[in-house]
Amino acid sequence: MMHPDLTALLITLKLAAITTLILLLIGTPLAWWLARSQWRFKFLIETVIALPLVLPPTVLGFYLLIMLGPNGPIGGLSEAMGGRPLAFTFTGLVIGSVFYSLPFVVQPLQNVFTAIGDNVMEQAATLRASPLDRFFNVMVPIARPGFLTAAVLGFAHTIGEFGVVLMIGGNIPGETKVVSIAIYDHVESLEYAHAHILSGGLLLLSFLMLMAVYGLNRRFSVLRS
Amino acid sequence: MSLQVRLNIPRKDFAINVSLTVTSGQITSVFGPSGCGKTSVMRAIAGLENSATGHIQMADEIWQNADYFRPPHQRDIGYVFQDASLFPHLNVYENLQFGRRRQAKDNRRVSLEQAIELLALSPLLSRSVDKLSGGEKQRVAIARAVATSPSVLLFDEPLAAVDIQHKQEILRYIQSLHQELDIPMLYVSHAIEEVARLSDNLVLMEKGQQLASGKTVDLLSQLNLPFARYEEAASVIDTEVTGHEDDYGLSLLRFAEGHIRVTRGQLPLGHKVRLRIVARDVSLTLTKPQDSSILNIFPAVVESMVSDGTALKLVRLNAGGQIILSRVTAKSAEKLALKPGLHLYAQVKAVSPLI
Repeated sequence: MMHPDLTALLITLKLAAITTLILLLIGTPLAWWLARSQWRFKFLIETVIALPLVLPPTVLGFYLLIMLGPNGPIGGLSEAMGGRPLAFTFTGLVIGSVFYSLPFVVQPLQNVFTAIGDNVMEQAATLRASPLDRFFNVMVPIARPGFLTAAVLGFAHTIGEFGVVLMIGGNIPGETKVVSIAIYDHVESLEYAHAHILSGGLLLLSFLMLMAVYGLNRRFSVLRS
Repeated sequence: MSLQVRLNIPRKDFAINVSLTVTSGQITSVFGPSGCGKTSVMRAIAGLENSATGHIQMADEIWQNADYFRPPHQRDIGYVFQDASLFPHLNVYENLQFGRRRQAKDNRRVSLEQAIELLALSPLLSRSVDKLSGGEKQRVAIARAVATSPSVLLFDEPLAAVDIQHKQEILRYIQSLHQELDIPMLYVSHAIEEVARLSDNLVLMEKGQQLASGKTVDLLSQLNLPFARYEEAASVIDTEVTGHEDDYGLSLLRFAEGHIRVTRGQLPLGHKVRLRIVARDVSLTLTKPQDSSILNIFPAVVESMVSDGTALKLVRLNAGGQIILSRVTAKSAEKLALKPGLHLYAQVKAVSPLI
């Protein structure tokens, strides 16, 4: 039997990895659209995406709980398709994390897509590259620093979430109990030694990831200037 | 092969209406002030301007008409933008390869080696593109476009971002492409010197409309076009080297019934040269001067003249079939009693061969 703290850590990392992957898949087209669209009400979408930046996580968590529960649209859909309601499940956590970390992935991507501009893509078009070809062989490599930032911020921010998890995931060991919840539990039961180990671990992990982003992006920007 | 273009592009303040043809072995310039719609025309030919309607046809291939729009990556063009837009994640060689690798093998008429040689890029191939100067970047961009063996080459103000020392150099490279490759070229610019130097044909645009089109040599010396009002109003003459005066370092070029001398002794015999004679370097006398230091003096007939402000007049002269412009003061014009049909002598103080 694995130590419960280690289990919590593995769940946290799995949650962050799956969330980041999903966010890159949906965030890339979304950011591309935001960077290129001339639609006059685009700012409404941008506002919605940015909401998790300012909303108390408990508020976001509360609405997610209602949506994911058996009477909510998402939970109800899941039940109708023969599944169970998504509140208090790992899948529910993934859905919540995707909303919670969305701006951290979309904004860096939107910024880098905007900064790169149309010129280089138009040039690629006149050099016989089809739309997909020029996206993957021109835009993606040039936007690499943006993708790196987006992935690491999305990952790190998901690891750090607490309020949303508490509201929609609860505290089910082995399924939804993540490190931040485990730390809270340890402190409540006055197990400071355990809390120290987990907190120190998260601190170090977050520091290393951010350092990697800033360090690598500096190298990229030197190459690109 | 020829490219035929008839376009209508709506814009906020005016609509662009243009119709032009670019034929093999010729450089056609689209000339006009900034904001007149030249660049939109180029972009529409490339398929980058969504609002453009009209008809674009390359040889017998339709690129665009009322119910068909070929996307840019399927149009057989080479496009050189104002800023070189090189791919920053690729080095020079990889940039050159980009379009070429995407071109079908049997359409590769220009070899990569030829493109590299024409633009003298061999020493730069392994360079990272951000280690290049503005002029070098533009040379890479030109070679990258040429290496795709396009059916037409589009140059959109390619010298706009190049420093003044390297402009001449790039112009020479473009001229050599013109001589070596049989690709029709369209050159957009608001710099009259570039247009005068490079183009065989000229389309003059203003506020989206086509004011005039025809041979560059003919249009530049017409008094009713805006060129006549330029400070640098000049006539352009295509000629060739017929002899030398080696003792003096001069070359003789065919001109009217005789020749015109230029201070370039090393030009090879038979070499085709384009001359530019600026109107203010041409003075007029009624009798042939016998003791002038000016070498190039030709009998000429006044064809027409136009006031150029209150103090100056621009005079169009026919010197044995060649048109020269002369800018004189209104006072001199009155003193000499200049009028169409008057026989006189034109003294050409300076001639610049455009090489």
